[in-house]
Amino acid sequence: MHLAYPAVLSALLFCTGLYGVLARRNAILVLMSVELMLNAVNLNLVAFDVWLSRTAKDTLHSGQALTLFTIAIAAAEIGIGLAIVLAVYRNRGTSDIDKLRDTAEGPETADPDTEGPGTSAAEKAEAPA
Amino acid sequence: MTTTTLAVLVPLLPFLGAAAGLLLGRTVPGFVRPLAVLPPLASLVLAALVAARQGGDAAVDAHTELTPTGSVPVELALHIDGFAALVAVLVAFVATCVQIYSTGYLRDDPRYPSYAALVSLFTSAMLLVVYSGDLIVLLVGWEVMGICSYFLVGHYWETPEARAASLKAFLVTKLGDVPFLIGLFALADGAGSFRITRVLGAVATGGIGHPTLVALLLLAGVAGKSAQFPLHTWLPDAMAGPTPVSALIHAATMVAAGVYFVARLLPLFEASQAAMVVLAVMAAVTMAGSGLAALAQDDIKRVLAYSTIGQLGYMTGALAVGDRGAAVFHLLSHGAFKALLFLAAGVIIHAAGTNSLAAMSRMHGLRDRVPDAYWTMTVALLALAAIPPFSGFFSKESVLGAAEHVITGHTEHAPGAAGWIVLVAGLLTALLTAAYATRLWLLAFRGRGDEAPDHGRQPLTMTVVLWVLAVPSLAFGALTYRALPDWFDGRALTPTLLTSILGTGLALVGGLITYGAWQRTTALAARVPMGAVAAHPEEDAGLVEAETIATHEPAYGDIAYAADPADPSRLLLGPLRRPAAAGFHLDAVYAALFVRPVQAGARLVRFLDREVVDTYVHAAAALPRLLGAAVRRAQTGNVQTYVSALLAGTVVLAVAVLLVATGA
Amino acid sequence: MTFAQAQHGFLSPTGVEIAFLLVGLVTLGAALITVTTRQLVHAALWLVVALGGLAVEYLLLTAEFIAWVQVLIYVGSVVVLLLFGLMLTKAPIGHSPDADSGNRWAALTVAVAAAVALVWVVTDAFRTTWLDLDGPAAGTTAVTGASLFRHWVLPFEALSVLLLAALVGAIVLSRKARADEAAAPAAPAKEGVR
Repeated sequence: MHLAYPAVLSALLFCTGLYGVLARRNAILVLMSVELMLNAVNLNLVAFDVWLSRTAKDTLHSGQALTLFTIAIAAAEIGIGLAIVLAVYRNRGTSDIDKLRDTAEGPETADPDTEGPGTSAAEKAEAPA
Repeated sequence: MTTTTLAVLVPLLPFLGAAAGLLLGRTVPGFVRPLAVLPPLASLVLAALVAARQGGDAAVDAHTELTPTGSVPVELALHIDGFAALVAVLVAFVATCVQIYSTGYLRDDPRYPSYAALVSLFTSAMLLVVYSGDLIVLLVGWEVMGICSYFLVGHYWETPEARAASLKAFLVTKLGDVPFLIGLFALADGAGSFRITRVLGAVATGGIGHPTLVALLLLAGVAGKSAQFPLHTWLPDAMAGPTPVSALIHAATMVAAGVYFVARLLPLFEASQAAMVVLAVMAAVTMAGSGLAALAQDDIKRVLAYSTIGQLGYMTGALAVGDRGAAVFHLLSHGAFKALLFLAAGVIIHAAGTNSLAAMSRMHGLRDRVPDAYWTMTVALLALAAIPPFSGFFSKESVLGAAEHVITGHTEHAPGAAGWIVLVAGLLTALLTAAYATRLWLLAFRGRGDEAPDHGRQPLTMTVVLWVLAVPSLAFGALTYRALPDWFDGRALTPTLLTSILGTGLALVGGLITYGAWQRTTALAARVPMGAVAAHPEEDAGLVEAETIATHEPAYGDIAYAADPADPSRLLLGPLRRPAAAGFHLDAVYAALFVRPVQAGARLVRFLDREVVDTYVHAAAALPRLLGAAVRRAQTGNVQTYVSALLAGTVVLAVAVLLVATGA
Repeated sequence: MTFAQAQHGFLSPTGVEIAFLLVGLVTLGAALITVTTRQLVHAALWLVVALGGLAVEYLLLTAEFIAWVQVLIYVGSVVVLLLFGLMLTKAPIGHSPDADSGNRWAALTVAVAAAVALVWVVTDAFRTTWLDLDGPAAGTTAVTGASLFRHWVLPFEALSVLLLAALVGAIVLSRKARADEAAAPAAPAKEGVR
């Protein structure tokens, strides 16, 4: 089999996940997109592990081992991520990412008594800390 | 203690007193008065001791160089000859009197601690000038006096007059100080030292190049400090300060410094005939002009201020004819009676509630309210008018005698022309001095009209000082004119018969003419009511004075002048009266010549700054502001936007790296 | 590689390649629907299809252990977890018009650019590389287990610590929120200031 097939599929999947991370509003959908990206990486790892173990350049099966590790870490990530999303949802009543704009500055968030935009930005930066 | 140690302590004690006063004034108010009075008093004792030890013999010279200071060494040097010893006694004496007087005069003033400390510092600086044997050290005292006068004249800074006067005093004297400094450097360059003895030695051997130029440069500084024409205009305005400060500035410090400086370096000036003639012309113009101006002033202190300018003219006149003994003799006696005049004027202003002679001439019985001031002021005015046997007579006659001496060709020190100029101007000024002294006395003490307001008894500290000062005003000249030549250059100070008769006769004529004019005009006083009185019987004299200065212009239309038909000066001066009151409009000339061009230049600079320079600044600010606005818009707070930008950048970078790596 | 190129052209695919390509198309399509659908629950379900397709691809690449792990962990647990998350955050079931944020077009640009760049680089680099899938399978359970417990023991154990930490962290995060909720109305008031 040509290595190009899994590699291109992996690249396209990765970019699909990328689009999802950047475009989705709901935090859980973003997490799903992250899973897609991780899986694209896994596919890449497996494909290259097959190629390298056959050409005897790699006898440790490092690609497969790393894939397993990635899966484990992805599982951990999804658990933590969901916990964070749930905590945010409890606090804010929403899991929409573009409503979590505490670091933004602008007329709708600036304090009326602060003079310049610099001070309000500094305050805003401190407030969520 | 050696004489040198004593002499070092003389300027040091008031300086330490000033420092302690400034440090402790707020926290320990109880110490302020002792700290103000005791150091000058101790200085007086020490200065008298130094004078007694020096005794008019060879000058005491001591010097030490703390550290090398470049090509021309600056040394801490003392040079105490008869002049220095006696002037220091006068300075310490007047300063002590002023400090004692101030404790009563500014009794309730909230700024008294800093005021007293500055007076002490002022005294210390003047004593430094007097004793210093090094020109740079002298300059330090000279400049410290300038800054102290700025603060003290501006003591009532709540009034705009005081603020303007303090600035004017500072700027005008500073204007003279710049050429003065250049002159000092020229001297040091010629002599290779700042020591006065070395400089005089260089002068004697002709080591100073361009003596005329150097002398004229130094004269500019002297004219500024000693209020000589054309830099005298700050002195009448400086009357906006408290009366004790006026007494201090006019009698012993500041204005005396210039005369004293020329007396110190007289050989340098004598080396240039032109400088001596310039000095004589300066003295003559100052004397005559100030006499006329004094005759027209309405503010009692301004009369005295112009009289100071005139008396300083006598001193510079004496210097112009090469007789520094006469100059310092007049400086000493003038110091005593001028301090007395001012301090008595302070009492009168407090008692009358006004500084306007026009208002006083409409008060009956002012002299009975302040008998001490009345009697002592009479003595001082007689001394001012040079009526024998008061001290002013002897010192003034010594000046006129010196001028006559030059005319008759008995000296090679000064040109004959200078002698003629000084003698004629001196005799004319004798007439004018007597006239304005008489006018002042008549208007202040012979007023007719309502009863003078009763402001209670004056504080004892103020009246006692008047009597203390009355003694030297009365007797100093007669007692010392025989002894003083031993302290000075040895030239006789005895009045000559011709000038005595001429001077005294002219003074009597002036007094009688004024009396006659007053007889004719005084009847008008009842018909034309005038005057505004600031009555605060409970408050101290300083407050009354500040108020009366502030109200003079609104009440009479001018700071110096009152259109009073009952004033004898109306008859005496005729059409000259208005310009004389305004100091012959010299201020207006200065305003046209210097102030307006400077202001126009300032406006131009402001225009250039606002419209041209700021345009660049604003433009330079606008670009970053625009960029900032753009960048700020990018800060949406949306994490996804950030990550998009991050990844876009990553892609671009990756592609760029690939292109570079593949050499495409 | 000229030999390989001559032997295996892209225009004459083998059977495995055809199978890989078809499953890959299904996987990619499912992934695309996952990131574009407006129904949140459907997105999770299409994710199952994509992840399952990937498991098949692993099998086609002879990595059978990875394939079963994929099915077990992703399809079995992760997607279930995600569905729970959707439900706990009261995600709307059915058509929700605002599933995509306003950042969509920027995201599309970045994603397409990244895809173009990656595909270009990958094809350019590996267009001649041939995977020899004959012979003993590269990813059997025996091979993977031997490599994992012979060469990768220490990372494996470290990973267990990481999993433990994630477990504790997830519990702490969830508990804290509950404690805040129960504790006092002070916490929401504090939040409300911001």
